[in-house]
Amino acid sequence: MSVLTWTYIIVGITFALYIGIAIWSRAGSTKEFYVAGGGVSPLANGMATAADWMSAASFISMAGLISFMGYDGGVYLMGWTGGYVLLALLLAPYLRKFGKFTVPDFIGDRYYSNVARTVAVICAIIVSFTYVAGQMRGVGVVFSRFLEVDINTGVYIGMAIVLFYAVLGGMKGITYTQVAQYCVLIFAYMVPAFFISLAMTGNVIPQFGLLGNVTDGSEMALLDKLDQLHRELGFAEYTSGTKSMTDIFCITMALMVGTAGLPHVIVRFFTVPKVRDARISAGYALLFIAILYTTAPAIAAFARTNLINTVSNKEYAAMPEWFTKWETTKLITHEDKNNDGLIQYVADPSTNELTIDRDIMVLANPEIAGLPNWVIALVAAGGLAAALSTAAGLLLVISTAVSRDLIKMQLKPDISERNELIAARLGATVAVVIAGYFGINPPDFVAATVALAFGLAAASFFPAIILGIFDKRMNREGAITGMVVGISVMLFYMLKFKLGRFGGGTAEDWWFGISPEGFGTVAMVINLVISIVVSRLTAAPPKEVQDIVEDIRIPSGAGDAVAH
Amino acid sequence: MSENKLRAYWKENLRYLAILLVIWFIVSYGFGILLVEQLNSLSIGGAKLGFWFAQQGSIYVFVVLIFVYVYLMNKLDKKYGLDES
Repeated sequence: MSVLTWTYIIVGITFALYIGIAIWSRAGSTKEFYVAGGGVSPLANGMATAADWMSAASFISMAGLISFMGYDGGVYLMGWTGGYVLLALLLAPYLRKFGKFTVPDFIGDRYYSNVARTVAVICAIIVSFTYVAGQMRGVGVVFSRFLEVDINTGVYIGMAIVLFYAVLGGMKGITYTQVAQYCVLIFAYMVPAFFISLAMTGNVIPQFGLLGNVTDGSEMALLDKLDQLHRELGFAEYTSGTKSMTDIFCITMALMVGTAGLPHVIVRFFTVPKVRDARISAGYALLFIAILYTTAPAIAAFARTNLINTVSNKEYAAMPEWFTKWETTKLITHEDKNNDGLIQYVADPSTNELTIDRDIMVLANPEIAGLPNWVIALVAAGGLAAALSTAAGLLLVISTAVSRDLIKMQLKPDISERNELIAARLGATVAVVIAGYFGINPPDFVAATVALAFGLAAASFFPAIILGIFDKRMNREGAITGMVVGISVMLFYMLKFKLGRFGGGTAEDWWFGISPEGFGTVAMVINLVISIVVSRLTAAPPKEVQDIVEDIRIPSGAGDAVAH
Repeated sequence: MSENKLRAYWKENLRYLAILLVIWFIVSYGFGILLVEQLNSLSIGGAKLGFWFAQQGSIYVFVVLIFVYVYLMNKLDKKYGLDES
C-alpha cells in the first residue's frame, strides 16, 4: 500500500478514536468542564499532561533543531524538562491544595484584588494565543505534506476536530483524549527511532545508540564520527556548539521557569483528587515526557549523520525519492553553484549548495532511513496528535479565562451554572475560530514568538505564584507591579530585537549578550526584585490572606476543588 | 495542629526543597553548561560527559528527583499526621 493510503487509514482511525472519547466523556457541569470533576487518576493525568505539554514543536521541530544546533540544542532538552522539577516541588502541590480552577483564580484570591485577577487573565490570554497559533499551523503543515491537501483545508479539519471535543467535553473530554493522544504520539515517535538506531548503531534503544559506535565498519563512536564529518565540511563540532555560555544559561532558565508558569500546564494539576496525587502526577508527566526527550537527541545525531552521508559530494541526479519530494515543497533547495553535478553541503555560504528546512528532519527521517510506508504514516498521525492535544489544552485556558475569570468572577457573579457552561463553550468556540484564523493567515510574528511564550510566562506568572506561596508578606501592590513590569519589559525586548520595533537592533546590541529567547530570565529577576521591594514598602496583606498561605502549605484537608 | 508543629513541618519541607534544587542546578546548569568544557575531557560510552549531561543525563536526574521528593514528602506528611486519606 502507498504512503498516502496508509496515512488516510491511520489518521482516520486515530481521529475516530478521539471523537469517540469526546462523546463518551461529555461535560455536564462547570466543574467537569474546568477541571474534569477533579477526579482524574494521577497516572492518567501524567499522560494527559505529557500530551498537553508536548506540542507540534516538540514532536516535529525539536529533533531537527538539535540536529542543526548540536550541543546548543541542549537548551531545549534541559529547559523543557527541568521546569517539571520546579512545578512538582514549588507549585503543583500548593496550587492543588488551594483548590480552585484557574491560575487567575489563585492570583486574584491570594492578592485579594480583581486588578491582579485581570492582569493575570490578560497575561494568560497573551501567552496562550502566541502558543496556539503555532499549533494550528503545525496541523496544516502535516496535513498538506502527508494527505496532500491544501494547508488551509488542513487547518479547517484540525479546527473542526478540536472544536468538537474541546467544546463538548471541556477539560474532561480533553483529558481523556490527551491520554489517547499521548499513546499515539509516543508510539509514532519511538517506532522509527528503534528502526534507525538499530540500523545506525546496532543497538535498538536510541538512548544507548547515541553512546554507541557506528556500524559502517570503522568502529568509531557515532558522535566522534559526526564531529569528524562536521570538521571536514567546516561546521562547528557537533558536540561543541556556537552560542555563548551566558546565553545558553539564560535560555535554559527562561524555558524551565516558563514551563512552570504556563497556565495550561499548571491547570492540569487541579484535576487530581489530592495533594499527593498532584505531586506524583508531576513525576509521571516528566517520566512520560522524558521518554521522548531522551530519544530526540539520538534521532538528531542519527539524522544529521545520515543526511551528510546521503548528500555530501553525491550526484544530484542520483538523489533518492524523498529528496525530490521535499524539494517540491521548497523545504529542501539545491543550487549547483560550480556546475559539477555534485551536491556540496558545507558551512561556507558562498560555496554551499544545499539548504534544508530544520522542521522536516523528523518527518523525513523515516524516508531517509528507508523505513516501511506504514511507519511514515504513523509519524503523520503522531504529529497531528501532538499538535491537537496542545491546541485543545490552550483553548480551554482561554475559554476558562473568559467564562470564569472575567464573567463569573467579575462581570456577572450571579450567573447560573447552566449559563456559565454555555459561556465557557462559546468562549472555546470563539478561541478556536481566532486560532484557526492565525493558522491560515500566520502573521510574521507567530513563528518568532512561539518560543517567546515561555519568556512571557516566566516574566509574569512564575514570580507571582512562587512568592504567593513562599513569601507570606507578599502583597497586592508588589505582585501587580511585578507582573506588569515583568511582562512589559519582556514584550519590549521581544518587539525590539525580534520584530524591529522601537529602533530594532542586532545581536551586537543585545543587553548583556542575551538573546530574546533567554531574556525571560532577566525579566523574571526584575519581576522578583520589584515585587519584593514594593511589597516591603506597602502594607502587609490582611490576616485572612495570610491564613490562606498557612493553609496551602499543609496537604491535609484538600477536599474537592470548590466553586465558592 | 499546633503552631510549632506546623512551623517544624514547613522547615523540614524547605530543607528537602533546598537539597533537591541544589542537585537540580548542579546537573543541568553545573555539569551541562558551566563545567561542560572540563567534563568533556571525560566520556560515557562514545559521548563526552558534559555533552551527555546537557542532552540526556540531566533529564534522567530530573525524573529521579521528583520521585525522591514524592517519597520524602509522603513520609514527612505521615510523620506529622498531615497525610490525607
